[in-house]
Amino acid sequence: MATTQQPDYFVPAPSWWPFKGAVALFGIGLGAALLVNSVPFSWVPLAIGIAILLWMLFGWFGDVIRESEGGVYSKRVDISFRWGMGWFIFSEVMFFAAFFGTLYYLRSISVPELGNMEHKILWPDFKAMWPMSVAPNGTEPYQVMGPWGLPAWNTLILLTSGVTLTWAHWGMMENKRGQLKLGLLLTVLLGALFLGLQVYEYAHAWGDLGLTMASGVYGASFYMMTGFHGMHVFIGALMLAVMYFRSVKGHFTAEHHFAFEAAAWYWHFVDVVWLILFVFVYWL
Amino acid sequence: MTTTVHTPDHAHGDDHHDHHPHGLTRWLAATNHKDIGTLYMWFAFIMFLTGGVMALCIRAELFSPGLQFVRPELFNQFTTLHGLIMVFGAIMPAFTGLANWMIPLMIGAPDMAFARMNNWSFWLLPPAALLLMISFAVPGGAAAAGWTLYAPLSTQMGMGMDLTIFAIHIMGISSIMGAINIITTILNMRAPGMTMMKMPMFVWTSLITAYLLIAVMPVLAGAVTMVLTDRHFGTSFFNAAGGGDPVLYQHIFWFFGHPEVYIMALPAFGVVSQVIPTFARKTLFGYHSMVYATSSIAILSFMVWAHHMYSVGMPVTAQLFFMYATTLIAVPTGVKVFNWIATMWKGSMTFETPMLFAIGFVCLFTMGGFSGVVLSIAAVDIQLHDTYYVVAHFHYVLVAGALFSLFAAVYYWLPKWTGFMYSETRGKIHFWWSMIAFNVTFFPMHFLGLAGMPRRIPDYAVQFTEFNALASVGAFAFGIAQIYFLFAVLLPTIRGGAGPAPAKPWEGGNTLEWEVPSPAPFHTWEQPPSRELVDKLAAQQQLH
Repeated sequence: MATTQQPDYFVPAPSWWPFKGAVALFGIGLGAALLVNSVPFSWVPLAIGIAILLWMLFGWFGDVIRESEGGVYSKRVDISFRWGMGWFIFSEVMFFAAFFGTLYYLRSISVPELGNMEHKILWPDFKAMWPMSVAPNGTEPYQVMGPWGLPAWNTLILLTSGVTLTWAHWGMMENKRGQLKLGLLLTVLLGALFLGLQVYEYAHAWGDLGLTMASGVYGASFYMMTGFHGMHVFIGALMLAVMYFRSVKGHFTAEHHFAFEAAAWYWHFVDVVWLILFVFVYWL
Repeated sequence: MTTTVHTPDHAHGDDHHDHHPHGLTRWLAATNHKDIGTLYMWFAFIMFLTGGVMALCIRAELFSPGLQFVRPELFNQFTTLHGLIMVFGAIMPAFTGLANWMIPLMIGAPDMAFARMNNWSFWLLPPAALLLMISFAVPGGAAAAGWTLYAPLSTQMGMGMDLTIFAIHIMGISSIMGAINIITTILNMRAPGMTMMKMPMFVWTSLITAYLLIAVMPVLAGAVTMVLTDRHFGTSFFNAAGGGDPVLYQHIFWFFGHPEVYIMALPAFGVVSQVIPTFARKTLFGYHSMVYATSSIAILSFMVWAHHMYSVGMPVTAQLFFMYATTLIAVPTGVKVFNWIATMWKGSMTFETPMLFAIGFVCLFTMGGFSGVVLSIAAVDIQLHDTYYVVAHFHYVLVAGALFSLFAAVYYWLPKWTGFMYSETRGKIHFWWSMIAFNVTFFPMHFLGLAGMPRRIPDYAVQFTEFNALASVGAFAFGIAQIYFLFAVLLPTIRGGAGPAPAKPWEGGNTLEWEVPSPAPFHTWEQPPSRELVDKLAAQQQLH
């Protein structure tokens, strides 16, 4: 027969990690649902779930890294990983799209409508504008967050981190290990700096400006969108930190490095989300 | 066959005693697409019966006017959980299970692209189902806002709603990973020579469905997350007092919800497009137009969501846009229906059970499609919105549509899965029993809706009594038919049924899954099928 092609598939042996991951998410789901209702001891299933999840992440990714370094993965498997990561990032794009869609609706439809004549009976003093500096039923006063202080610095930091990451990538492709490691380290540090400034900004907004999640839809969308973005920066920085430690251990060559690329894709995605956030949440 | 590396000695032989893991490891730590597919199918069937029991509680209560069996609060919880369980627990996992079982077999791949992630996708479902079940036991009971979880109902209920929100998150993660797996498998694991335009139709529809899932499940996650923060963290996305809008929730939900409808319908189209050519002994009429129609439906599904919201007070311009966009979907759907009919035209048809369910699907799904066109007309929908006409419509497309196609798929592929033929007589009894009971249940609901009976209400005016009683009798008959299916068809077939099945039990079948023995060995296509075989089957299907 004409099947001259060498089979290049990878079919792993049975693995308990997925099942442990399912138990973990059950604990997290149950614990979180009870915790938001202040049920006593609901932190127990939550903590157990998070612990199992961390264990699973270490174990599962550990298996994958060992297989990868052991040369188990063929070109076809590499392509599978690329498709997988690409479509995962697309799903993340759609997650943020839901919030950007929400922001559009709030700014262009619901807030303007609440300021029209029909709603004068309910909230006579409400003036439709954006940034909305007072909610229709506004009792707690707050100030809005301007773009040209910390947020602008954060933009610069994230853009710079994209540059350092690409510099690391070049280092990897030219087998300059020092450049790879330094580039990754700088990127992780810039990510950490971004997160630190973001925490500082939150403290400033919550404490000094009186801006909370309850500050009408302005505060709600501000914290929701920057918060989920910050969470993704955290995850991306974690991925890059793993890549840093792997590069220290001598992983990644010019030909075999998809984990690095996947983390880089994710980082650039997080970067682009920030730029759109900066324009629509802070600036315009 | 040259047996080189990776190929066990008896990979394609008749030896059914493949080497496979045993006991709990086989099922809990599964990495085999067939085992995971089986897990999905059984989970879906259990959820189908669970959701079915809730439906029967609803129908028992509605047998006569007045309050008989359940409190109105519990009635609302049943309608909500019936919807959530049937959509996320029964129909979607069943199709994912089919995709798991059949896609690698049909494209000549040894397994799914990400075998371990595949197992995680499955094993996330039981915890999510468990969270939904636990929610009946918490103070305030389960979510009772309807499966759509509209704000402000959903932003006000007890902790059952929080459990539902986290269950949806977990099911969403499961769906997204499952979809990524399906897409990667289809794009990267096809046998040499199997170009995209030579893939079986079921593979095509699974691919497009997976794209829909990746695009909309994260949006649902965003929506329920905002419900959660509105409930517990002081945000006001869906509260006008803070500048938000409950209608915003509906927009986001239905941006997910309408593609979701096609997530449940497109794989059904795929199954029917496999079954009808096989039993008409002809090639699928208009394969290319089927692919383009499926893609068109998928793209259009993102532009029609607000036809669920005609009565919320949208501008007339928006209503007109969504009305025209929605009626446009009838065009590619019509292409499909006519293609199936043209496939049957002058075919040498036989009417084994899969074919009966497929033809039942074509007839009843078309009716559901027509009532959908009626509902898409904004002016008409103002009267029919939230009436039993809507209930009749979506049960025609989801029960006689998605579910009947699933039965067609199960009967079609049972010989391949179990290695045994089912009893044709019992299969036919199951079909006709389901067919008649289904119509007795849901056809009268059209009249009830036209007469103005609202949905999701435990009591009703006496003028609606006769049709409700009829529908309830039909519902119980339909439920018993499924018990009959379990005990008279499914379990006996697994134990030997009507005798061993040949590798290709249907003479008209010309896709790759019929080239491996029945039951399919634990590992198949460890060597991709030969180029000649792929080309020969494509030629039989007249695909070039």
